[in-house]
Amino acid sequence: MASTTPTDLTPPPTGPALDGGKSTGRLGDKIFIGLSRGSGILVLLIMASIAAFLTYRAVLGISKDEGNFLTTFDWNPAGDPPVFGIAVLLFGTVVSSIIAMVIAVPIAVGIALFISHYAPRRLAAPLAYVVDLLAAVPSIIYGIWGALFLVPYLEGLNLWLDQFFAWTYVFEKTEVGVARSLFTVGILLAIMILPIVTSVSREVFLQVPRMNEEAALALGATRWEVIRMSVLPFGRSGVISASMLGLGRALGETMAVATVLSPSFLISLHLLNPGGGTFAQNIAAKFDEADQLGRDALIASGLVLFILTLLVNGAARLIIARRKEYSGANA
Amino acid sequence: MSHAVVSGPKAAPPSPGPRRSLNSRSLPRWAPLGFAAVSVLLGVGISLAAGWESRVQWGLVSALLFVLVSYVVTSAVENRRQATDRLATSLVWVCFILAVIPLLSLIWVTVSRGVKALDGYFLTHSMAGVPGFEAGGGVYHAIVGTLEQVGLATLVSVPVGLLTAVYLVEYGKGALAKAVTFFVDVMTGIPSIVAGLFLLSIMLMFDLQPSGLMGALALAILMIPVVVRSTEEMLKLVPNELREASLALGVPKWRTIVKVVIPTALGGITTGVMLAIARIAGETAPIMLLVFGTQLINANPFDGAQSSLPFYIWEQYRVGSEASYDRAWAAALVLIAFVMILNLVARGIARWKAPQTGR
Repeated sequence: MASTTPTDLTPPPTGPALDGGKSTGRLGDKIFIGLSRGSGILVLLIMASIAAFLTYRAVLGISKDEGNFLTTFDWNPAGDPPVFGIAVLLFGTVVSSIIAMVIAVPIAVGIALFISHYAPRRLAAPLAYVVDLLAAVPSIIYGIWGALFLVPYLEGLNLWLDQFFAWTYVFEKTEVGVARSLFTVGILLAIMILPIVTSVSREVFLQVPRMNEEAALALGATRWEVIRMSVLPFGRSGVISASMLGLGRALGETMAVATVLSPSFLISLHLLNPGGGTFAQNIAAKFDEADQLGRDALIASGLVLFILTLLVNGAARLIIARRKEYSGANA
Repeated sequence: MSHAVVSGPKAAPPSPGPRRSLNSRSLPRWAPLGFAAVSVLLGVGISLAAGWESRVQWGLVSALLFVLVSYVVTSAVENRRQATDRLATSLVWVCFILAVIPLLSLIWVTVSRGVKALDGYFLTHSMAGVPGFEAGGGVYHAIVGTLEQVGLATLVSVPVGLLTAVYLVEYGKGALAKAVTFFVDVMTGIPSIVAGLFLLSIMLMFDLQPSGLMGALALAILMIPVVVRSTEEMLKLVPNELREASLALGVPKWRTIVKVVIPTALGGITTGVMLAIARIAGETAPIMLLVFGTQLINANPFDGAQSSLPFYIWEQYRVGSEASYDRAWAAALVLIAFVMILNLVARGIARWKAPQTGR
């Protein structure tokens, strides 16, 4: 480390004061190191203070909660006594994100394979760009597109699912109403997390050692066999962490869910029925009418969301850290 | 070539007839197009016959038929392995088309519905005195708000992000650098509403009033990790020879970084910053919590409520009348155009300024 610093190249000092900081260069270096390290520490401080502030307000809020914060099926902090709980929100958040994952991950892997192995070489880069554009669309626009365009279009699909798959229980539609359901939210979230899952998977697939693929081809494997035998095993951990990054996005999505879902404080596995709620959606919907305690209660639910996304993202990063090159941050 | 004779019958047992050893039967190159045409025709036919209204169903049926038809035909004409290969190929194509459809539909809907209310008046007037249910009014106050909030967020996050990236690439070693790297990664995943709640709790604590600045700070929290990541990657692309040459001339390290490393990577850094701006410009949740929104023009981001484009869309959507939907779509069109132009310009800069040593 020391051998690369420029100060070693200056004439050797006569005294023992090796790092005395006499020249302006050294002083400048010190200031600059201080500034850049300071910003690094600032990032850590921001994370720490997010956790601290949210926890503080959340404790204030939960201490006034007359119901059980974890199991109450209601959100009424303005009531007398104030009662609110996150059970419905946790359920809705997890279920809608799982639906999104189930839809998005296979499709995203397919798109990633398409771009890395199937598309004509000259088309691959523009196609990758088109998928990245999906990520550039603001979530509120997904929201109004979902609410005003997708929901009416999904009506038919819902009827069809109900008609033929009602026996699965989850696709049984027991309530009449437009498709402002957790299932629709899941589809919309799937579209929104496609780009990040795709781009991280694509990066991983492109890093498969060329030799492995060529060896498989030389043995007479078809393209699919090459992918199954050399690409997918190599890319598995990358795909897993890409999916978890996508999951992190889906968990915290606010506006798209808030515009599409018609919320209710019920837990139902009939996914096609309108109703349910997610953490972020509930915050967006209840904020306007919230008083001091209401805000603290919403902050408490936000803290749970924060911890949830922190765990998911941290796990994804730990998996991906084994292969440093793949960072999804630019997706 | 002899192995083809041996494996031929084994791989394709249903064709007992005499097989040519050199060229087993194969489909022509245009076969996938043919399959696609046939299955779309069949899909539309079946859907019409069944009386389905939703185009989504039509598409699904056609896609399913495409996969089936190509698998069956290929396994009949060629062999099982080829058929599986074809199946994978068609599935992969279907995946890609499935992803492009929503993008095209979203852009089409936004443009076609957005142009209705979008005109010069819309861009230059606020909503002052306009009842939500009636037509009229505009988006000027929201554009002012968005530009100021995003500008402030950029002013805060670019120096912090840049310096953090410099620390990680040029100085960072040991536990602190590892921790910063990890938490920057985790920070990219913070939901925007949580960033908003964080500043809300600060506001509650110190009894601050909502203002554009508060929203900008929340946006900065979302922007910093993106700037750090992209800058870091660009700095890593700067060849070490440049640093060594500068250091060998006796230039202090900090001047090397400021005068050599950063200018070399400037194109990429600019791209990263612009992409980050494009991302935060569409954030609604923090604005909703921290800036509150107003119908009036407030050009001072440090005092009083402001509006912003995404918040305006949300507001107009909630009013729920035909006129307000028109306004929402028009504002969406403005926002999407802003974001897309930023994206295109950023990627243009990236291509134009790409380091020659790049991957």
